[in-house]
Amino acid sequence: MAPRILAVAEVADGSLTKLSTEVATVARQLAEAAGGEALGLVVDASPDAAAQELATYLPTVIAVTNPAVTSEVVAPHVVAAVAKLIEEGVTHVVLGVTPDGRDVAGSLVGLTGLGLLANADTVTWQDAGPVTHASVLAGKAVTSSTLTGDRGIVTVRPGGVTAEPAASAGTVERRDATAPAVPAAKVLDRVAEAGAEVSLEDAKVVVVGGRGVGGPDGFRIVEELAQALGGVVGATRASVDAGWIPYARQIGQTGRVVKPELYLGLGVSGAMQHRVGMQASKAIVIVNRDPDAPMAEVADLFVVGDLFEVVPALTAEIRARKGG
Amino acid sequence: MQILVLTKPVPDPAAGAERLGADFRLDRAASPTVVNGNDEYALEAALQLVEAHGGEVIVLSMAPANAAETMRKALAMGATRGIHVTDPALEGADMPTTIRVLAAEAKAEPFDLLLAGIDTSDGMGGAVAAGVAAQLGLPLLSSAASIEPIRETETVRVKRLSAKGYDVIEAPMPAVVACTQALGAPRYPSLKGIMAARSREIASRSLADIGPDVAPPGGWATKVLEAEPPSARAAGRVVREPAADAAREIADFLADRRII
Ligand SMILES: Cc1cc2nc3c(=O)[nH]c(=O)nc-3n(C[C@H](O)[C@H](O)[C@H](O)COP(=O)(O)OP(=O)(O)OC[C@H]3O[C@@H](n4cnc5c(N)ncnc54)[C@H](O)[C@@H]3O)c2cc1C
Ligand SMILES: Nc1ncnc2c1ncn2[C@@H]1O[C@H](COP(=O)(O)O)[C@@H](O)[C@H]1O
Repeated sequence: MAPRILAVAEVADGSLTKLSTEVATVARQLAEAAGGEALGLVVDASPDAAAQELATYLPTVIAVTNPAVTSEVVAPHVVAAVAKLIEEGVTHVVLGVTPDGRDVAGSLVGLTGLGLLANADTVTWQDAGPVTHASVLAGKAVTSSTLTGDRGIVTVRPGGVTAEPAASAGTVERRDATAPAVPAAKVLDRVAEAGAEVSLEDAKVVVVGGRGVGGPDGFRIVEELAQALGGVVGATRASVDAGWIPYARQIGQTGRVVKPELYLGLGVSGAMQHRVGMQASKAIVIVNRDPDAPMAEVADLFVVGDLFEVVPALTAEIRARKGG
Repeated sequence: MQILVLTKPVPDPAAGAERLGADFRLDRAASPTVVNGNDEYALEAALQLVEAHGGEVIVLSMAPANAAETMRKALAMGATRGIHVTDPALEGADMPTTIRVLAAEAKAEPFDLLLAGIDTSDGMGGAVAAGVAAQLGLPLLSSAASIEPIRETETVRVKRLSAKGYDVIEAPMPAVVACTQALGAPRYPSLKGIMAARSREIASRSLADIGPDVAPPGGWATKVLEAEPPSARAAGRVVREPAADAAREIADFLADRRII
């Protein structure tokens, strides 16, 4: 039986998320390697624009128009659409590691009993199934895992593959929504908060303030440096727990996983739970007054010094070089 | 109100002794264990809800026989009693089996809210809460930053963290809530709590008690093929200089890499 591999896409403000383009690329590459078929799914109140975009990556896209997602959480509605496609012969489901992606994956495992290969950095097709490569145990090992049956679910982390459109665009098939397979919670309000809206995952430069920053005032010099570099501010759990910065900025095991061109850590010790969220960064620069801080194990450049002296000097230096 | 909290004993991340065994599965004897970090936040939220509304907090774990000791730490924080599912046949259980076992146990224990952590530090699947909710046919409220039960309407309202801030979501109880650390830091067990926990019940349950059909006849749905250490980074450079010189060094480094 030739595999049929489904990429489940997510929509934000009417368009496809970046991770969805990567998920679509993974599904298509797997299908090519397996001699199978790749398809995509978008569920939204008005899915057309996102579905057209998804079709640049995949030969077939199912666009489910579902007005309920404006007033209910989306996952149960996506689960209903995926469950139907599994009934129709989809063998493998690929999703992104996001809050909704995890909810959909977990619900599907609960409903169908299918196996889950979670948090893949990369996925290859070997023999008869997908093999996922994932970082486990706080970065101590990289495992290769596979399904024992011929069907299953895979979730992929951001940045594992580079999104690549297909040689030719696919077709979009429109469908009506089916009733959710699991009860959906109502959405009463959507609240935007200052400081939460930046996308850490998409940033080229991430400047992180740890406990060493000392307080909300200290984050001001972190913010200034990030601005001079055109980057965004991230945080450790210590600075989030202290209430200096919103949880949305936390990097690490229980926060976001980032892979920027530059990670600049200020007053960050480098606990394993933090490092799993940043150690794949291209360049790592650290300012810490303790030369024995564990970050020294991964830093390309480790400056031993007081961040309150080094950071303002660095911001001034960068502004001067940029001619500002 | 009755609150069931899923708590998983995991290797203590602070001990740094986690190891994979010969079968590439976690060697659970290699490291001291603690209650999974996110589950402590869930437990704290449960304890505060019961303090405000009355009722009981029950912790439910599926774990090796020696995990009862770790569960006792959850009781010392204030949980009323524990349920410990343990069976050699569940060693290395896959995600669908874990979900079926926990859902089956939860079904036998009437609750208003079932709380779980958003994910585990040893597995990081982040799938169990959603899976249990789906198995039980209950609503899932995930990425919770606050939990507010509303008695009059028999519903629960949750602030769900979103990419932009948060959504306020609501569903009828009983419901399943997946908890984040944004709920607020867990308490330390008091000496009184530690003493009281000694006499609290941890009921031990085997696969036979639950129904053997929760474990698949054909073996687990996933398997680990191999494990390797991560590829090492080249050794970095360490500089100790006055701030102005250090700033120039960093700027040169960034310029070399065309970041500025
Ligand atoms: C289950 C679990 C999950 C976790 N998940 C995460 C996670 O997702 N993300 C995360 O970050 N952490 C996480 N942690 C916490 C983690 O273990 C560490 O406690 C945390 O990362 C430490 O943050 P920090 O580096 O800011 O603080 P610290 O470890 O206290 O380090 C502060 C550093 O600042 C330096 N410093 C102080 N003052 C100055 C100065 N003036 N100039 C220069 N340097 C200075 C110090 O030398 C020190 O190295 C988790 C823990 C657990 C148990
Ligand atoms: N074996 C287990 N026993 C009890 N609770 C568990 C177990 N596995 C997972 N959980 C719960 O499910 C949450 C998510 O786990 P996971 O999906 O494995 O990352 C955890 O934070 C726990 O609350």
